[in-house]
Amino acid sequence: MSTSPPPPQIPNRIDLQRVADMIEPGSRVLDIGCGDGVLLDYLVHFKQVDGRGIELSQEGVNRSVSLGLAVIQGDAETDLHNYPSGAFDYVILSQTLQSIYDVRGTLKELLRIGRHAIVSFPNLGYWRVRLDLLVHGRSPMSKKLPYVWCDSPNIRFCSLTDFVTLAGEIGFAIDRIVSIDYAGRATPRDKVGRWTNLLAEEAIYLLSPEASHGSGEATRQEP
Amino acid sequence: MSVVSNSGTTATGSIAVEPVVTDLPGHTIVLGATTPLELVSGQRLGPFTVAYQTYGTLNAERSNAVLVCHALTGDQYAAEPHPITGKPGWWNMVIGSGLPIDTDRFCVISINVLGGCMGTAGPRDINPRTGKNFGLDFPIITITDMVAAQKLVIDHLGIDKLFCVTGGSMGAMQALEWAARYPERVFCAIPIAGAARHSAQNIAFGEVGRQAIMADPNWHGGNYYDQDDTPHRGLSVARMAAHITYLSESALHRKFGRELQDRKDISYGFDADFQIESYLRYQGSTFVERFDANSYLYITRAMDYFDLAAEHDGVLGHAFKDTKVRFCLISFTSDWLFPTTESRQLIHALNAVAASGSFVEIETDAGHDAFLLDEPEFFRILSGFLSGAAELHGLNGGRQDAEETTAP
Repeated sequence: MSTSPPPPQIPNRIDLQRVADMIEPGSRVLDIGCGDGVLLDYLVHFKQVDGRGIELSQEGVNRSVSLGLAVIQGDAETDLHNYPSGAFDYVILSQTLQSIYDVRGTLKELLRIGRHAIVSFPNLGYWRVRLDLLVHGRSPMSKKLPYVWCDSPNIRFCSLTDFVTLAGEIGFAIDRIVSIDYAGRATPRDKVGRWTNLLAEEAIYLLSPEASHGSGEATRQEP
Repeated sequence: MSVVSNSGTTATGSIAVEPVVTDLPGHTIVLGATTPLELVSGQRLGPFTVAYQTYGTLNAERSNAVLVCHALTGDQYAAEPHPITGKPGWWNMVIGSGLPIDTDRFCVISINVLGGCMGTAGPRDINPRTGKNFGLDFPIITITDMVAAQKLVIDHLGIDKLFCVTGGSMGAMQALEWAARYPERVFCAIPIAGAARHSAQNIAFGEVGRQAIMADPNWHGGNYYDQDDTPHRGLSVARMAAHITYLSESALHRKFGRELQDRKDISYGFDADFQIESYLRYQGSTFVERFDANSYLYITRAMDYFDLAAEHDGVLGHAFKDTKVRFCLISFTSDWLFPTTESRQLIHALNAVAASGSFVEIETDAGHDAFLLDEPEFFRILSGFLSGAAELHGLNGGRQDAEETTAP
């Protein structure tokens, strides 16, 4: 009956910490758009996962590999088809959804190669974003959306509610939602209500394929 | 049971190789004396000699061995002055105390390949059946054979599992072959500037080199060892042509441009007017001092024959099915001999079997030879990957800030 001390937290990244919290120790994890490998490094060392990463920027890849992580340079939209079905327990798409062209196709790929997908993105429905557009009439910029519209890598903007709708359309089950507000407070939720969609700056979704869903659309396919 | 045939084959059907006696530094070992090595060609080799060098100390568990595989014209002298040329070892910036392959932590083993000319059995050695140098009577060697011979050395050293196998170019081919053929004997593999097969373009360059050697009247069909002269002109031209493929257009231009060599004006003749000509001639002339022309034929052929997918029903992924080996592939942006696309193809095959793989492309204008040069980013990656892998392999001196897991 010994209680081990809680593992250290990822500094200054409550969003990544909440993603990490969703992951079972010792599982197989693919982090798509893993950046400098901060999350993967944490997962490998403190959750003993078998972790892999894909990152578009060569700089991020090189830094990750220098940390001893298994990361490849690649593109979420072109390289996922190489992986066999069910190769991972969790496939993470953290703060990357907004720069993906084929959102539906990529999401389906996540849940083909993984038993679960964890997707996080900035919320377009966040009140400051809404206010920016309403009051100033300008393309919204925020801490989470820091780019001028013409220089932004972000091509897809969606609110928390939009994502719930899309997940339902594709036929994914949303197992868990964690919303994060402007103060970095993370709150677990059963569903996204009107207020959550207004107050959350970003959110993290834990998804799984909904086997019983009768949309007729295959969410799992063999390569 | 035939007793002895004229082809140098022994009664058991095995080709024995008697080494040309040299006083080169390092270790030599005689292999295949009781059980000959079965070559891919179907011939059997043994007994034969293999020469190798070590740097660093093998730990008590024999778990810290790093096998470093040399490229076409390299040899076992990876981290010390070359005994013939006196030049620094080809990886002296990579192997050593405090360097990316840290000899304070790892025991580096560097083996001269089969078919080579620095102590391991090759065409210059003596055929005991004839008492003469083998020349082209030496059996054809493949990358698989080179690795099979290396495995015998590793067995001899009592090493169950290599911590790492690495190498650039042909060394990468060997690292891949090791991982594919003996996955249980390798913890991690770092193939650098490599490919799963030799491309048509690379076979073409190999053929130019071989034809240059064979066109040299001193070559004598490979039987030049008892002649007054060697096919050094042919070998030199082969080296010059190959050397161009190791560089890049922009690096050549940066280093040499159209600068003239020791003169103010062009000579309107065929002297080495340009610095690049002089440089290539120098590269060719120093190479022939240390390399055997027939070895060059045999080793380039081994590279040509390398095709990892073909060895596995034409599917590259099958070479690594269920592998536990952790890979780190490294390529260089300006390498047009073993371009990044080759490494990318490999990583896709590794992904397809859900193998653990890292893949890094290093930005440089140094071309294929970048893996032999001072490339800080490359060194950082190498040392970072090795540290991470060492930690997972339970070698001391892994990452310091990692906490011990106390779970039973």
